[in-house]
Amino acid sequence: MLYTNLKHIETANELKKIIGENENVMVCCGRMGPMCVPVYAAMEELEPEYPHVKFYDMEFDNPEAHIIRNDPACRGFMGLPFTMYYKNGKVVKATSSIQTKEQIKAILDSEFAK
Amino acid sequence: MSTTIFDTIVIGAGPAGLTAGIYLARSKVKTLILSDGMAGGQIILTHEIANYPGIEKISGYQLAAVMKKQALNFGCELKTNVRIASLDLQSTPKTVVLADGTSYTTRTVILAPGGRPRMLNIPGEEEFKGRGVSYCATCDGDFFTSKEIVVVGGGNSAIEESISLTKYASKVTVVHQFDYFQAFPYIVDEAKQNSKIHFVLNSTLSSIYGKDTVEGVIIRNLKTGEEKPCKTDGVFIFIGYLPNTEFLKGHVAMNHAGEILVDKNMQTNIDGVYAAGDCIEKRYRQITTAVGEATIAALAIIERIHQNHL
Repeated sequence: MLYTNLKHIETANELKKIIGENENVMVCCGRMGPMCVPVYAAMEELEPEYPHVKFYDMEFDNPEAHIIRNDPACRGFMGLPFTMYYKNGKVVKATSSIQTKEQIKAILDSEFAK
Repeated sequence: MSTTIFDTIVIGAGPAGLTAGIYLARSKVKTLILSDGMAGGQIILTHEIANYPGIEKISGYQLAAVMKKQALNFGCELKTNVRIASLDLQSTPKTVVLADGTSYTTRTVILAPGGRPRMLNIPGEEEFKGRGVSYCATCDGDFFTSKEIVVVGGGNSAIEESISLTKYASKVTVVHQFDYFQAFPYIVDEAKQNSKIHFVLNSTLSSIYGKDTVEGVIIRNLKTGEEKPCKTDGVFIFIGYLPNTEFLKGHVAMNHAGEILVDKNMQTNIDGVYAAGDCIEKRYRQITTAVGEATIAALAIIERIHQNHL
């Protein structure tokens, strides 16, 4: 279980539905570890600044998270969390391991510009 | 812009900040804790804590949750995920302004912003972060099953995590800058008895290389200057912590490492401004030491307030 204030995704179908219904979606797939928690915290801080982006998390050890773990964009990833950025249902960016708030903000600004 | 007056503002919500909140609020000192992240600080990142007196085993997240609940139950106010825009610690009362424009005034301040892991800052480190470079064995260890890895560091974290990583890796090479370890001897002994762990001493990494993922490192001998390539699938870095005190430069006295200087009551060079936890100059950084320092700071403030020495 992820103890964050973000909305949680529990199933692969739920993720498909969310990225199908929303233009801009960011999903952080991780555990409650030192590389993941700062990313969740940054997302919680950024959520109000980006009302046109939907922010979610998904537990890495949930079997349903195969949809992210096995995504071709995550090939070579060897560090949690796997953070996915979807635009119109397609992955436009994916990062592995910890990212600073500034790094996340830069991706949001470039990939999800209004 | 709104203004609220507090007796004490605590900056930071790790074990030190939450302990201060518990003591102060219980003594009816009007207290606000401000945190730039979630409450709990670095302990929420600790998988298991087994040396906190009175509790046999607990996850860091659970311990932080209980500390937070205690502080709130005693009447402490807590604001998380806030950024401090400016500080005036010299005046009476003192002022803290948040990035959203909210302004607070307070009679006293406890600085407890904690610390963060130190990076090596060598070529390849940022490029391969998450593609072989890691700072967390618990998080990423299973990506290295049957692979060879390098661990950098010689403190408790580095040696404990090296032992932990042998559950996954086929070989762990510990690269350490000295010919002795800062880790406790019993941990070093355990590592030395582990056939999967090898040591390269008096050395450091000068770069990390690869294509899509880490393929190797360059190890530099610090005595001879000689550099040698070493093939590896991953690099785990545990070389200590940096204090989160950049925003306090020019406000309170610090040492060359950015650690805040305090007296026996945990007071800084500014009257009414105290500090506790991983941000202060000290030898040992433990949850128990942070809790102890915050207790001293809080009791000193309670005494000031009761004696009207504000």
